Amino acid sequence: MEYHFKLPVGVEEIKKLHIGDIIYVSGKIFTARDEAHHMMLESDKNSLPFDPSEMALFHCGPLMKKTNKGWQVVSAGPTTSSRMEIFEDKFIEKYGINIIIGKGGMGERTEKALQRYNAVYTAYTGGAGALAAEKVEDVPAVYWLEELGMPEAIWVFKVAEFGPLVVAIDSYGKSIYRELKNR
Amino acid sequence: MNYTNIEEGIVQLIKKAETELPKDVVNALKHAYEIEEGIAKIQIEAILKNIDLAKRTRRPMCQDTGIQTFFVKIGVDFPYINNLKGLITDAVKKATKEIPIRPNTVDPFTGVNHKDNTGDHIPYITWDFAEGSDVHITALPKGGGSENMSRLGMLKPGVGIDGLKDFVVEEMIKAGGNPCPPTVVGVGVGGGADLAMKLGKKALLRPVGVRHKDKIIAAVEEELIKRINDSGVGPMGLGGKTTVLDVHIEKAHRHPASLPVGIAVQCWADRRANMVIHSDGSWEVE
Repeated sequence: MEYHFKLPVGVEEIKKLHIGDIIYVSGKIFTARDEAHHMMLESDKNSLPFDPSEMALFHCGPLMKKTNKGWQVVSAGPTTSSRMEIFEDKFIEKYGINIIIGKGGMGERTEKALQRYNAVYTAYTGGAGALAAEKVEDVPAVYWLEELGMPEAIWVFKVAEFGPLVVAIDSYGKSIYRELKNR
Repeated sequence: MNYTNIEEGIVQLIKKAETELPKDVVNALKHAYEIEEGIAKIQIEAILKNIDLAKRTRRPMCQDTGIQTFFVKIGVDFPYINNLKGLITDAVKKATKEIPIRPNTVDPFTGVNHKDNTGDHIPYITWDFAEGSDVHITALPKGGGSENMSRLGMLKPGVGIDGLKDFVVEEMIKAGGNPCPPTVVGVGVGGGADLAMKLGKKALLRPVGVRHKDKIIAAVEEELIKRINDSGVGPMGLGGKTTVLDVHIEKAHRHPASLPVGIAVQCWADRRANMVIHSDGSWEVE
């Protein structure tokens, strides 16, 4: 099945999704890699300058360019999600994330958290950075740019029809990666 | 000598590598599109659209513009050998701002990012010598996701070439979707640990579809391609027929007690570009 979602989505939408489905999302997404996950887990939830629960989480370290009109995305495909496996279950629990966008898949801890908190992990084609950048309409904010540098900072993107995203781990405990491994 | 002109040439070399894939890679991806279906086909379709867009808009195809890696063959009669390292380094700094490419060099101890893609030992340059007065440079920007799937096996010689094949196949199945398949896999066999890894990386310089000139090695390459693709890992590890676009092997003689096997993995963005610099400072990027 194919779905087109406006973010944020509720439990009802998440429950419609099964592995192999394709989704496109519109609204706000934020980037976070290893360092940002670590910092957000250490931070007081209420002191954050943005509300992660309203956005999808994008495992991405984008290539950005500063212009007269502000920051512009040059290339922004997903980064390897498995690096975030050590943080993700706590991250989902703390920030109420229900759509994760990444590549390469995640492990058992994340699978369980997705099931418990009604969330999905979706795969965007790795390396398709130019294509992804085309779907970003605006860059409303960036956080921790000085401390973390361009790839690791938290970038907020306003996206339109961002996808195709393959539902690779659903909220029913099913994972495309695990099914392939077992084959 | 107009050094600025040579530096500009190297910036163009980096730009070409970052924004345009070699024809052999594009053709292999087009073939993958023909034979795949379902989710796998959707992945290859996105890759092909992305390649086209990056080329048209002259922007890096992937946000991970890699560690700047160069293989340089110096003609011993080239008159400005002394300046080459400085020229490449300055070109990398310039390319970082101009193209732009992502600032990717981080000090492993302090975490400080140099913001210009240079730092200790980086750009990473492999020097070689040849006759004549031309300099040949190949740029191979190397992404982190695929590099993380590199492996070194110090196998027992008793396992033989069958052991080598099993090692490569198992490691590439274990890597799953992490290195952004369909990948190109370089395998270095023999030498010591460092040489095996180095040969693995050098093997990535060979165009996709070109077999080793030694028939025995070529047959091993073909077997590895088939076995890895039969695993069903597929594009992005989401299942499918195409896990590797190619496997290239290079060998060195080994110590009687060692069978080192170095695996270098390149994502589908098998970025390579070449340039020649002549003794009068003129250059061509091809």
